[in-house]
Amino acid sequence: MAPTTMARALNAALGDALAADERVLVFGEDVGKLGGVFRITDGLQDRFGDQRCFDTPLAESGIVGFALGMAMSGLRPVVEMQFDAFAYPAFEQIASHVAKLRNRTRGALSVPMVIRIPYAGGIGGVEHHCDSSEGYYAHTPGLKVVTPATVADAYSLLRTAIDDPDPVIFMEPKKLYFAAEEVTLPTATEPFGRAAVRRPGRDATLVAYGPAVPVALAAARAAEEAGWDLEVVDCRSIVPFDDETVTASVRRTGRCVVVSEAQGFAGVGAEIAARVQERCFHWLHAPVLRVSGLDIPYPAPMLEHTHLPGVDRILDAVERLQWDDQPDRRWLTQGSAA
Amino acid sequence: MTTTPQAVRRPSPRPRRRAAPPDPARALLPAAEPVRMLDEDGHRLPEQPDQPEPDAGMLREMYRRMVIGRRFDTQATALTKQGRLAVYPSARGQEACQVGAVLALRDNDWVFPTYRESMALVSRGIDPVEVLTLLRGDWHCGYDPGARRTAPQCTPLATQTIHAAGLAYGEARQGRDTVALAFIGDGATSEGDFHEGVNFAAVFRAPVVFFVQNNRYAISVPLSRQTAAPALAYKGIGYGVPSEQVDGNDPLAVLAVLGRAVAHARAGNGPYLVEAHTYRMEPHTNADDAGRYRDDAEVEAWTGRDPIARLETYLRAGGVLDDAAVAGIAAEAEALAADLRTRMQAEPQVHPLSLFDHVFAEPTSQLREQREMVRAELAAEEEA
Repeated sequence: MAPTTMARALNAALGDALAADERVLVFGEDVGKLGGVFRITDGLQDRFGDQRCFDTPLAESGIVGFALGMAMSGLRPVVEMQFDAFAYPAFEQIASHVAKLRNRTRGALSVPMVIRIPYAGGIGGVEHHCDSSEGYYAHTPGLKVVTPATVADAYSLLRTAIDDPDPVIFMEPKKLYFAAEEVTLPTATEPFGRAAVRRPGRDATLVAYGPAVPVALAAARAAEEAGWDLEVVDCRSIVPFDDETVTASVRRTGRCVVVSEAQGFAGVGAEIAARVQERCFHWLHAPVLRVSGLDIPYPAPMLEHTHLPGVDRILDAVERLQWDDQPDRRWLTQGSAA
Repeated sequence: MTTTPQAVRRPSPRPRRRAAPPDPARALLPAAEPVRMLDEDGHRLPEQPDQPEPDAGMLREMYRRMVIGRRFDTQATALTKQGRLAVYPSARGQEACQVGAVLALRDNDWVFPTYRESMALVSRGIDPVEVLTLLRGDWHCGYDPGARRTAPQCTPLATQTIHAAGLAYGEARQGRDTVALAFIGDGATSEGDFHEGVNFAAVFRAPVVFFVQNNRYAISVPLSRQTAAPALAYKGIGYGVPSEQVDGNDPLAVLAVLGRAVAHARAGNGPYLVEAHTYRMEPHTNADDAGRYRDDAEVEAWTGRDPIARLETYLRAGGVLDDAAVAGIAAEAEALAADLRTRMQAEPQVHPLSLFDHVFAEPTSQLREQREMVRAELAAEEEA
């Protein structure tokens, strides 16, 4: 087995999908000759020609709307948004059309389409290049939202997304693009809607997705020294969400910390925390805590390490899980008066 | 370096007079004035060699559809007053555009309508009740867009222009000779998606006709607040798209210009932009008060350019229509209105659980849970 990266796995998934189905097309900004700014489409135009993998005008709303029209004609477009924040011009097309077309037409039309979005930070990017925008899409009914945290999932989830009959927002954690793992491609992992237990543990569950998964795993390893045996659940797919796996884990451990890189307020992490307490209240020994990015515009590169949830912040949260049955209201200064 | 006297004296070549190369941009420009074939009273203007006379049978059919379209439109407005429709945006006065666009297309071409195109959809043969489903409020789209080759009526402005470009390009890639026609209003040409749609269509040479019905108002805002261009048709040249402007209340000219535009697209020459100068005789919708932003004199002036009256005058003069034919068509329109009234009296049956049917191809477990909750609520209501 040779080491490979998430970037190469995504590239292989696109190439294999193009080879398997002539209706599949890959397009966006700089995806042709250049192979994408992250090289995810590297070599695809050479292999499949400029009718299957091509550059478009620099206009994200146009790219997504054009893809929707192509999907209506029977094709299966896979489009790339260059960065998270650069997908915002496409939001109206995504929210008002891509997400709703099946519903508006009572199933007469569907949008089998994948919108790939490199997202989140940790790469020292300047402003507008590091947003965690998954919450906007997850909050839009009609969209599936998936995000791989491993090389094997990157390949398998992307192939699944391209084959899916519904629109899929495929969020690629850009800081994981070039992390290598020993994986043989192609891979076939669990379908959408199934979370994965990345590390079994008895004492508490860390629920994470995308770029937060390796951080949660690092925290779990570090926690061993403190005597905690932490379980790490990788959601893999935010929509549909696997309540079953998450609930089973938290009921087993009785404690839960939700880890997400996105700003926390009204985000996916908040949704997960709410779902966990709705289903696990009687099994919980402590409130469900969240460790997330701060509720600030994504900071300049020199300050991003303070913003991003790290091992220490996760361990601090684990420490607050009322191991001695005493309430711990640190940091909750508003509305917590006894 | 030395030079010989001969070389110095050698006469320089006489500058040859060359004709200036043709400016390719000029071919993209619309005529300075809207194309017209009928005057305001319906009399044929002097022949223009590049405007071939539309077929008399086609014009008679156009008249028929325009009369039926107007009657449908009037009936729909009446249905709002009876509480049968939540709202209705009328296209009264725009009949030549609504019907002309449909007649310029083949059945297997695609139409991308906005909310103001109900009349065009009826003219396309879609059941009027299905056309009004959106406005009655029992579902968002009442017809099968795939079967009718007609996208759902689009409310977010200009977004459909890009869909038309993508669909037309997709069809062409798959070897089909489909043309897509996107309706759009004057106000929506200010939206970014209009520009992205025209640009994408041009870059990919997609067979699309962008058909701007400039009816002078975006709800209350006049054209002068939308653009400083001499006409909206001039927006094509910046994208390399040929354009034309036409008197949108002149049925002959609308049919001729749209016919040319569709032929251009179908021949593989890429998109075409048509601006029709017309007028929205009614308020934006039944909920609007047009008296707040335009005066009666203006409306009166446009009443004198009525497209149905103009076409009727022309066809009667040519012996294509007579009293009996006009009466027959009017009776047909009345019958459609009566049928629509009757069928719209029925309360539509929509089951609440159908809310969950088409969110995804397969419902998520979260949707199954919510469906179960609603099912239990309904069961409890039934028991009570």
